[in-house]
Amino acid sequence: TMTKLGQWLCGLALLGSAWAVLALAPLGLQPPAPLRQALLPLPIYLLVVFGCYSLATVGYRLATFNDCEEAAAELQEHIRAARADLRRRGLRL
Amino acid sequence: MAGTGTGTDPAPPRLSVLLPTYNERDNLPLVVWMLVRTFRDSGIDFEIIIIDDGSPDGTQEVAEQLEKLYGSDKIVSCREMPPVLFPSGTAYIHGMKHATGNFIVIMDADLSHHVSLCFMDWLKQKEGNFDIVSGTRYKGNGGVYGWDLKRKLISRGANFLTQVLLRPGASDLTGSFRLYRKEVLQKLMEKCVSKGYVFQMEMIVRARQLGYTIGEVPISFVDRVYGESKLGGNEIVSFLKGLLTLFATT
Repeated sequence: TMTKLGQWLCGLALLGSAWAVLALAPLGLQPPAPLRQALLPLPIYLLVVFGCYSLATVGYRLATFNDCEEAAAELQEHIRAARADLRRRGLRL
Repeated sequence: MAGTGTGTDPAPPRLSVLLPTYNERDNLPLVVWMLVRTFRDSGIDFEIIIIDDGSPDGTQEVAEQLEKLYGSDKIVSCREMPPVLFPSGTAYIHGMKHATGNFIVIMDADLSHHVSLCFMDWLKQKEGNFDIVSGTRYKGNGGVYGWDLKRKLISRGANFLTQVLLRPGASDLTGSFRLYRKEVLQKLMEKCVSKGYVFQMEMIVRARQLGYTIGEVPISFVDRVYGESKLGGNEIVSFLKGLLTLFATT
C-alpha cells in the first residue's frame, strides 16, 4: 500500500500533467483558447480556495470548541471526596 | 490482518487500566480512587496497573500504599523500572506484561482525563463491538477546560493539518484516553515506533491500516489541576516533525 506522501505525489503528478497538457499546450496540441485561459490560473485559484477553506474550518472549529465547565466542577468535587475518603482509610497524602 | 469488529467476546470482560506516571504523587491516589469508584459503581471487572518511571517525588511509594489499600488483584505497581525517562511506548509494553484483562484502557494519571467517562468508553465498546474506542475532545460534547484561545487555536490547527495529511478516520489523534482490545494493542505496539504524542497518532493510523474498527466517545480534558503543562515552540516543532514522518512513512 502507498504512503500518504506517495498518494499525494501521484495525485499531484496526474493533475499536474493534465493541467500542463491542456493549459500550456506543449506538444503543439491546440485546445481552444478560452479553455486554456481558464485553466492557466487554476492551480493558484485552487490553492487560494483551499487556503480560505482551511481558515474558515479552523475558525469554525475554534469557535465551537467546547469548554467543559461541568466536568471541571465535577472533578473538583470528586477530588474533595477522594481526599476525604483516602485519609479516612489511612493513606498518607 | 482483517478487522475483528464482528462477533461477541466469549470471555467475561475485564479492563486493565495502564497508568504511566512520572511525578504524580499528588494526583495518583485521586485518579485511582476515582477509577475504583467508577468501576465498582458500574460493576465492571478491572485492574489498575501503575507504571512509574522512577519518579523522584515518591510516586512509587504512593503506588505501593494504594496496592496495599485496594489489594494486589486490583492495583499492580510495576517495580522493575529502567533508570531513565522512557517514551510512552515502552511504559505500555511494560505494563501490558502485567495485564490480565482482555481490554486495556490507556489514560493520563494527572487528572486531565475526566474519570467518570471511562465507563462511557466501555459502553460504546459494547455497543459497536469496536477494536478501539478513542476519546475525542473535538466532537459531541467533548471539549477542554482551562485552555486559552491560543492553545485552542494551536490544537485545532494541528488537528486540521493532521486530518488533511493523514485522513485518519478519527477526529482526535493526539488524545491519549483510549480503550483497546488487548490483542489489538499488542499488535499495534509491535508496529509503532514514534514517541510522545506522535506515538498516539501512529497507533490510530496503523490501526486503520490493519483494518481495525475505531469508535469514538466525547471526553473532557481538564487541564492540570496541579502544576503547569506547557505547549512550547519545541513541542510544536516535534509535533510537525512527527506528523511529516507519519505522512511519509504510512
